[in-house]
Amino acid sequence: MAGEKLETVEVVQQKEEVPQIKSLGDFWTFMKGQLKPRGNIATPFNIISLPIMILGYIFIVYRLATGLGKPITNLNQEYPWGLWIGFDVVTGVAFAGGAYVLCFVVYILRAEKYHAIIRATVLNGFLAYLFYAGAIVLDIGRWWNIYNPMVGNDFGVNAVMFLVAWHFFLYMLAELVEFSPTIAEWLGMKWLRKILGSLTLGAVVFGICLSTLHQSGLAALMIMAKSKIHPLWYTEFIPILYFVSSIFAGLSMVIFEGSISHKVFGGQLDEAHHKHYDDILVGLSKICAVAMFGYFFLKAILLVHEHAVGYLFTPMGTWYLIEVIGFVLVPCFMFISGAQQKNTATIKFAAILTMLGIIINRLNYTFIAYNWYLPLSEKYWPAPMEYVITASIILTEIWAFRWIVNRMPVLKEPPAWAKAMEEH
Amino acid sequence: MDRRNFLKIIGSGAASAATGNLLTPGRTFAKDTPTVKEFYGILVDTTRCIGCRRCEKACAEANGLPVPDISESKSADVLKTKRKTTDTEYTIINSYDTEKGKFFVPKRCMHCNQPGCAAACLVKAMKKRPSGHVTWASNCIGCRLCMVSCPFDIPKFEYSKAMPRIQKCNLCFDRFNNGGIPACVEVCPTQALMFGSRRQILEEGKRRIATNPDKYIDHIYGEFEVGGTSHLYLSAVPFEQIGFRKDLGTKPYPEYSTGFLYAVPFIFVLWPIVMLGINRATKKDGHEHQEEKHEEKGKH
Repeated sequence: MAGEKLETVEVVQQKEEVPQIKSLGDFWTFMKGQLKPRGNIATPFNIISLPIMILGYIFIVYRLATGLGKPITNLNQEYPWGLWIGFDVVTGVAFAGGAYVLCFVVYILRAEKYHAIIRATVLNGFLAYLFYAGAIVLDIGRWWNIYNPMVGNDFGVNAVMFLVAWHFFLYMLAELVEFSPTIAEWLGMKWLRKILGSLTLGAVVFGICLSTLHQSGLAALMIMAKSKIHPLWYTEFIPILYFVSSIFAGLSMVIFEGSISHKVFGGQLDEAHHKHYDDILVGLSKICAVAMFGYFFLKAILLVHEHAVGYLFTPMGTWYLIEVIGFVLVPCFMFISGAQQKNTATIKFAAILTMLGIIINRLNYTFIAYNWYLPLSEKYWPAPMEYVITASIILTEIWAFRWIVNRMPVLKEPPAWAKAMEEH
Repeated sequence: MDRRNFLKIIGSGAASAATGNLLTPGRTFAKDTPTVKEFYGILVDTTRCIGCRRCEKACAEANGLPVPDISESKSADVLKTKRKTTDTEYTIINSYDTEKGKFFVPKRCMHCNQPGCAAACLVKAMKKRPSGHVTWASNCIGCRLCMVSCPFDIPKFEYSKAMPRIQKCNLCFDRFNNGGIPACVEVCPTQALMFGSRRQILEEGKRRIATNPDKYIDHIYGEFEVGGTSHLYLSAVPFEQIGFRKDLGTKPYPEYSTGFLYAVPFIFVLWPIVMLGINRATKKDGHEHQEEKHEEKGKH
C-alpha cells in the first residue's frame, strides 16, 4: 500500500553528464542544483508523510527538553526499554542485516547475480543504522553524554554495551566506505572513485565481522535479564539466535524494500533488469528458507535444552507458538514453495510475514515477554508520542533514501567511465 | 595526582589497550571487581525489624530526598501495599504475613559482590568500590541497561526530569568515607540492621542462626545468591514468603556475558581469514573472468 502511494513520486531521467568539480565553488554550485526537489512535490506520499514528520520533530524537541517520562513515553521503572529500543534500534538493526549478508554473497562468494541489488541494499543498511540506530540518542536519558564511551570518559571495556556502541559506530563507517564509490560516481570524481573502490573488500570483511558481533551483541545485552525474560525466550544462546535471525530478517527486508523500490523507481531500470530481478528474489528466498529452518531447529533444541517445554501449555506458550510456527515455520515453507514455483508473490508475502515475526520476536525480548509475571495493568505499552516519533524517523529515512536514489547511480547504471574502471 | 602518576596511568592504559584489553574485554573483569577484598555491608535481621520506617526517613534525610511521613497511622496505611524502591525512596519496608506471623522486611540495593549493573555499564558509571559500595557517577549516558541487568530491580531512573539520573542506595558512600556508618543503620532502634565488613556480618549471621536454631531458618540470603551480596538477610521463615526470589541462582551475573565477550577476539581473527580465503578461492582466472564480464554486459 505504501508502495502505491510512493508510485507517483518523481522519477529522474537524465542524460549522462559528468559533473566537473575542481574547486569548492564548483562543489557548491553542484550541490545547490542537487538539493532542489525533482519533479512534482505535491504527491500523496509527501502530503501524508510531511505532517507526520514535522509533528515527530516537534515531539523530539519536546522530549530532549523535558525528559523521557509521561506523556512522551510510557517507560517506567519496570520497563526501562520500550518501543524505541525494541523496534527502532533492535529490530531496525536486524532488518539492516541484509547488507552484510549480501556483501558476503557478492564480494566474498562472488555470486555476481546479486550485484544488481548490492548498492541499494548497502545504502538501505547504512541509512537504517544512521536513522534507526541513531534513534538511540532519543532513548538515552543523558544524551549529552553520548560521546563518553568514545572519548574515554570512561571505557567500560567489560561491557557488552561498550562493544555494541563501538561496533555500531565502526560499522556505519564501514558501510559508508562500501557505498562511497557510488558517491564518487555521482560527483564525477574519477580519482576518488578509484581509491574508494579499492577499499571495498576490506570494508566488507571488517563490516561482516562487526555485524556478526553486534547482531549477536544486541542479544547479549539481554543476557543478564535472566530472571525477567520468560523461560521460553531466555536462553544463554540468544546471541546465536539473534545472529541467525538477522540473516533472514535482513534478506526479507531486501525483498520487501526492493519490491517497493522497483515499483517506485522502476523507470530507472531497463526490462532486462526487471526480468533478472525475479531470479534474484528466488535466490534470496532460498537463502531465507535455509536460515529460517536452521533457526527453527535451534529454537526446538533450545526449548528442550532449557527445560521449557512445560511452559508451552500456558498463555505465554501460545504466544510463543504463534511466533515460532506462524511467523517462522510458515513463512519458511512459503519461501521454499515460492522458490520452487518461482512465484514472487508468495516470496514477497513470506518476506512480510517474516518481518512481522522478527518485530514480534524483538519486542518480546524488550517488553512483551520481559517481566512477564507482572499483572497486565502494570505492563508497558508504547505511548502515542513514541509511535509518532518512530514513524517520523522511518519516513525521514525513506525521504533520504529517495533523495539519494534519484540522484546517485544506486539503481540506475553507473556511468560508463566507472564501469570501464571496474573491468580493469 | 602528580605528573609521574598521571603518565604512568596513561602509559599503562595505552599498553593494556595495545596488548588486547580491548580485544578480550571479559578478561579484565576479575581485576575490576575483586571477590577477595573486604567488602562492607549490612546484616538485616528480619526477625528484629518492627516496621517503624525510621530507616526510610533517615535515608531520605541523608540523601536529600522527600522525607516520608512515618507517623503510626500513616505507616499502617503504607505498609498495606507491597512497595518497591523508587527514584526518591532508596529504602523501603514491606510487611509480610507468614506462617510464623507478621514480618517486616527492609529492601534496598543488595550491593552484589559482582554486580550485574556495573558489568553492564559502558562508561563505568555504575561501579563496585573496593569497599563494597556500588555507586553511580554522572558520566552515565542513561541507557538504563543497569536496570535491565539488575536481578533485584534496584536502579531507578528519573523519568520525570530533563536531566535524569540513576538513583539507588549507595550504602552511604560519602558518610563511609568520612568515617560514618549508613544512616539507616545508625537510626535503627532494634538493631535489626548491623553494619560491618562482610566477613563480620556473615559470622554474626551464622552465630545467630547457630545459637537460635528454632528462631531462624538455616539460610543467609545473599551469602551465595548471585555470587554473594554485601547485604545479608536473616529470616524466620523461608525467604520466598517474605518477598525474596529464590530462582536467581548462585552464578555472579557478569559471568553470563563472558561467553559472548570471549567470542569477540575469535570472530575478529578467524572471520577475516576465512572470508579472505573464500574470496581468493572463488576468484576466477583471467580468461574466464573476461568472458563472464562480456556475458554480463550482454545481459544489460
